[in-house]
Amino acid sequence: MGGVNINNLFEETFVAWMNGQAASQSDIVISSRVRLARNLNDIAFPHLLNQQSGQKFMQLISEAWKKSQVNELKQMELVTFENLSALDRKILVEKHLISPYHAQATGPYQGLLVKADGSLAIMINEEDHLRIQCFLPGLQLEEAYQRAQEIDDALEEELDFAFDDHRGYLTSCPTNIGTGMRASLMLHLPAISISGQSGHIFQNLSQLGLAVRGIYGEGTEAIGNFFQLSNQITLGQSEEDINASLTAISQQVIEQERLLRDSLSEQMKYQLEDRIGRAYGILTHARLISSNEALTLLSDVRLGVDMGMIPGINPFALNELVVDIRPAHLQKKAGSDMNAVERDAKRAEVIREKLQTGK
Amino acid sequence: MYCEECKIRPATVHLAQMFNGQKIEVHLCEQCASQKGAIIFGTNNQLSISNLLGSFLGGDHSIQEAKSLVQNTSCPSCGIKLFDIRQTGKLGCAKCYMAFEQELGPSLRRIHGNRQHVGKIPLRGGEKVLWRKQMESLKQRLQEAVAREEYEEAAEIRDQIKSLEKRTG
Ligand SMILES: [Zn+2]
Ligand SMILES: [Zn+2]
Repeated sequence: MGGVNINNLFEETFVAWMNGQAASQSDIVISSRVRLARNLNDIAFPHLLNQQSGQKFMQLISEAWKKSQVNELKQMELVTFENLSALDRKILVEKHLISPYHAQATGPYQGLLVKADGSLAIMINEEDHLRIQCFLPGLQLEEAYQRAQEIDDALEEELDFAFDDHRGYLTSCPTNIGTGMRASLMLHLPAISISGQSGHIFQNLSQLGLAVRGIYGEGTEAIGNFFQLSNQITLGQSEEDINASLTAISQQVIEQERLLRDSLSEQMKYQLEDRIGRAYGILTHARLISSNEALTLLSDVRLGVDMGMIPGINPFALNELVVDIRPAHLQKKAGSDMNAVERDAKRAEVIREKLQTGK
Repeated sequence: MYCEECKIRPATVHLAQMFNGQKIEVHLCEQCASQKGAIIFGTNNQLSISNLLGSFLGGDHSIQEAKSLVQNTSCPSCGIKLFDIRQTGKLGCAKCYMAFEQELGPSLRRIHGNRQHVGKIPLRGGEKVLWRKQMESLKQRLQEAVAREEYEEAAEIRDQIKSLEKRTG
């Protein structure tokens, strides 16, 4: 609709959160995301939808979208999962636009309303009827919230959202009631990891009511030193307060990361340069590389770029590269199915090219 | 909420325990929870998976008690049974919150404390809430004005309260 082309979302790797050129703290905060859970009053939650109620739901949501006069909502496109291959759904997961759980859906009433640049994406019938998400580069939770809640307002002109005086927005899982908001930051924290400080810093964060988890890797493992920091509390705090406190706390983490980077480069200059040089050497010459090894070494290279040790590489190209080397994106680039060795070869090739051009 | 381990199945096992003076929370699916078993809190933990399941989303009944207690209760709007809510950790529809208010109360308090929503209010259907909030703040201001012996201001606020009462019926 509206002539917007969302093919790029599937054909190209780049989405809005990857370019932090103009965003604050974007060397350490890769991206900010705000997600608002909303449900309709009179229709069963997604896990109980049947064909009839599912169709009714899709009719309501697509009418609300088509009728809207709000630009950002009008610019979005509707994609339902019955029309989307498993590979394309995985592409969306790797860009963080939908959850792994949502990607398992294949129905006509599960899908996505999405803006072509990937800055706004509404998951339809994931755990809740609607999960309105805004993704921006760097540290800008307030902006992300503003844009998400404008979409919320726009949809609300046509839809009756389930809301209760005391419990706030009602959600399918009772842990999300209240604001229904999950705000999260993706952080790259190599110095905190290298200096073995992550354990106690993250313990303090969870005492402050925040959740920390690794973005890549199972459970508490954090391959590539990428961490997600998000609010746990959804009831009893306003959206503005949640965002402000998450921002303030993350600023302390960022400061800690910067201090540790400084002390690493003062006290362990040669070891650090050696580590970064080796990582760069392997990534520019390897012919086969696994996903975990690549993510680990890319973290070192990114640290080197951030600290001015490796010239000629745009750090934001590395945001793109991290997603480039995920399995679905690699397969898309290769244009065909690959076995494990072919995939490791393709990954090594993609990395070599990117590090050569630096863009 | 999804299982923190596999990130795919819904988290139905919610563990919270004091550990070295610090509260640790873990949310897992049943499968991952049973795989992890005792590793989570060391071998001498007394919390078993089954009584945790029973205690989440349903007071402090054991599963057997809970089963018989709620066998006949279902949400008039979506038809889901409380037993299924306990199994999946998900409600069936927005009306379930009212239908199972009693049964869910203790769990909601466990998750959220006695907190009250203070964030965004939808414009639609939210007018009443907005009016109530306005009324609360007017009454608060009235009390303050009276305490400060600012009677003119108090009279003004009383007028505002009256006109709001008229508008809201
Ligand atoms: Zn699991
Ligand atoms: Zn119900």
